[in-house]
Amino acid sequence: MKKDIILAGVGGQGILSIAAIIGTAAMGADLFLKQAEVHGMSQRGGDVQSNLRLSDKPVASDLIPKGQADMIIAVEPMEGLRYVSMLSETGWLITNSTPFVNIKNYPSVEQILEEIRTLPKHIIIDADNIAKDLGNKRAANMVILGAALPFLEMDISLFHDAVKTIFGRKGDDVVKQNVDALKAGYDHAVAFTKKT
Amino acid sequence: MNKLPLLGDEAIAQGAIDAGISGIFAYPGTPSTEITEYVIRSKEAREGKIVASWTSNEKTAMEAAMGISYVGKRGMTCMKHVGLNVAADAFINSAITGANGGLVVVAADDPSMHSSQNEQDSRFFGNFALIPMLEPSNQQEAYDMVHYGYELSEKFEIPVLMRITTRLAHSRAGVSRREMRKQNELKLPKTLNQFILLPSNARRRYKMLLGTQEAFVKESENSAFNTYIDASDRKLGIIACGIAYNYLLENYQDQKPVNPVLKIGQYPLPRKLIEKLYNECDELLVLEDGYPLVEESLRGYMNLGKTIHGRLNGKIPREGELNPNIVAAALGIDNYTGRESSSLVVGRPPSLCKGCPHIYSYNALNEALSKWAKGRVFSDIGCYTLGALDPFEAINTCVDMGASITMAKGAADVGLVPAVAVIGDSTFTHSGMTGLLDAVISNSPVTVMILDNETTAMTGGQESNAHGRIEDICLGIGVDKDHIHVLNPIQKYHDVNMEIIKKELEYQGVSVIIPRRECLQTLATRIRQEKKKVKPAIQ
Repeated sequence: MKKDIILAGVGGQGILSIAAIIGTAAMGADLFLKQAEVHGMSQRGGDVQSNLRLSDKPVASDLIPKGQADMIIAVEPMEGLRYVSMLSETGWLITNSTPFVNIKNYPSVEQILEEIRTLPKHIIIDADNIAKDLGNKRAANMVILGAALPFLEMDISLFHDAVKTIFGRKGDDVVKQNVDALKAGYDHAVAFTKKT
Repeated sequence: MNKLPLLGDEAIAQGAIDAGISGIFAYPGTPSTEITEYVIRSKEAREGKIVASWTSNEKTAMEAAMGISYVGKRGMTCMKHVGLNVAADAFINSAITGANGGLVVVAADDPSMHSSQNEQDSRFFGNFALIPMLEPSNQQEAYDMVHYGYELSEKFEIPVLMRITTRLAHSRAGVSRREMRKQNELKLPKTLNQFILLPSNARRRYKMLLGTQEAFVKESENSAFNTYIDASDRKLGIIACGIAYNYLLENYQDQKPVNPVLKIGQYPLPRKLIEKLYNECDELLVLEDGYPLVEESLRGYMNLGKTIHGRLNGKIPREGELNPNIVAAALGIDNYTGRESSSLVVGRPPSLCKGCPHIYSYNALNEALSKWAKGRVFSDIGCYTLGALDPFEAINTCVDMGASITMAKGAADVGLVPAVAVIGDSTFTHSGMTGLLDAVISNSPVTVMILDNETTAMTGGQESNAHGRIEDICLGIGVDKDHIHVLNPIQKYHDVNMEIIKKELEYQGVSVIIPRRECLQTLATRIRQEKKKVKPAIQ
């Protein structure tokens, strides 16, 4: 088993939380893990990404080679498209449809989604609204992670345990909200694949 | 097994705790910050009474770490690559004094300049100082090398430099710990003049340092961190330093490289192993992150030997960090390298947070300066450097810590009046104070704005040594109290603030204007922590 994942978003959108949960789940499954993060200046509203590599064998490079990523998990659609050259021929792009517009020249969202739809394997879901309906709009990142779970080839319970480990000290309510967000994301992704 | 998922930085910190350090001093700087932060937060470090604190700058940190070594205990200091420039005086001389207790200096380089103003290679500093150097290829090695670094440092009574790069510093992987070593007892140097670098003594110490060089090479030749991996195709021999080794292996997946490989993790270079590779292979390829240090030394000025491929002959790009694709191209491996990038995607540069106090400082400054042509604002290093970008375009320089005040002084002294310096609170106590003294002594017509957000914001909100002290420091340095103003940088006071700046721009001497409001990020963190503290008291 080997999964090379690019996490993409804007500073503050919670991609490091996604990374922490996948990382914890991977450690729970005794997988080898490398995860390169971006810290420092670019965290201030700029584009951020993380290279996350899981394998049942030792992982060499901290960076995923171009054209080899199995998956891009994007909390923001343009940020997902930014790394499309990293994706393997059969890789998945799983993205939120809600844009984060903090620049003047943000392109047309419809055009961005149109281009994403040309990829052979993609999932587009409205994570912001799904999270809002669940009563916690800050959990959009967990909805997107949930949408990636059908394709990660790992036991879902590992992720529920990881949410408990990471959010446990914030109380049972927060854990439940995040687990619900994972489940909702999962269901939407499955529904999306049936639709397309 | 029980591995901890640690960043490279955190692996170094845990390694230092487990190797029995008594203290760590540092000034925050990406990508080195998380080392000291980890020790400050560590329960084990607290229980072991390990002193862990932020200092005013990298030089004071380096010297404080030397103080730990002087008393026979193990000390660490860590900094970003350009921080080593600041600490260089102490660092180079620490090789002459030597160490008493183990002393490991960590320099975190930033090839590709993710968060820096250059991509200088700290290995040159290690060679310059003539001391042993360690360069880990992964998180586990980083952890193990700290243990070994202290052994090496105490064996040869010499400081050891550990060089990492951003990619390792900020990448996480599982790390296994070793048993914790006890801290050293307090024990002064055997000869009490060891650290006195009077010329007569310094000459003797320098001779000793030169005399130890061969032993350092031997140590490298026998080091477990320098390994020779033989293979049958000897048309090419590969030298892979530090993290470059991973990018090499990535291209062979589960197989061994087809060419002989010399993996380098310790310097000075292991001469015997290099000779073996050179003699047995037709050509060499050098893979190293940063500058072509190894490549240059193997070629020599005349470049008369075998062909050596690397950054100097264009096999590898001259600038920027390595990655698996660059190494694949150098090896002639033809992998699928992905789709075309999308033409729709535009850049998303970092920006000041919504409501950030700097926004209102720059709005007021820009308006106050509007009657003059642009180009007279000298700035510095911090979040406020983002004032260079749209929509502010408020600053014209950013060079090194503290350069705002001194460059403004020089420019003003020869005729650019008014000249403005914009510097943050933490940067001011790092390297701004001495420049302000220069300006006061020559009564230079400069307006210094110290943007006080009461923290070291850009590196994540570490305590600022300037906190609560700025007015007193300025008065002590000799700034006239009538020309020191504290402003509240919010929209409501825009006009008031703007008028004060305008008035001081006309003053033909040193003025200091201090817009003061807490950074929103630290404010949010503080409120969260205070809520947590209050909760148990209520229950």
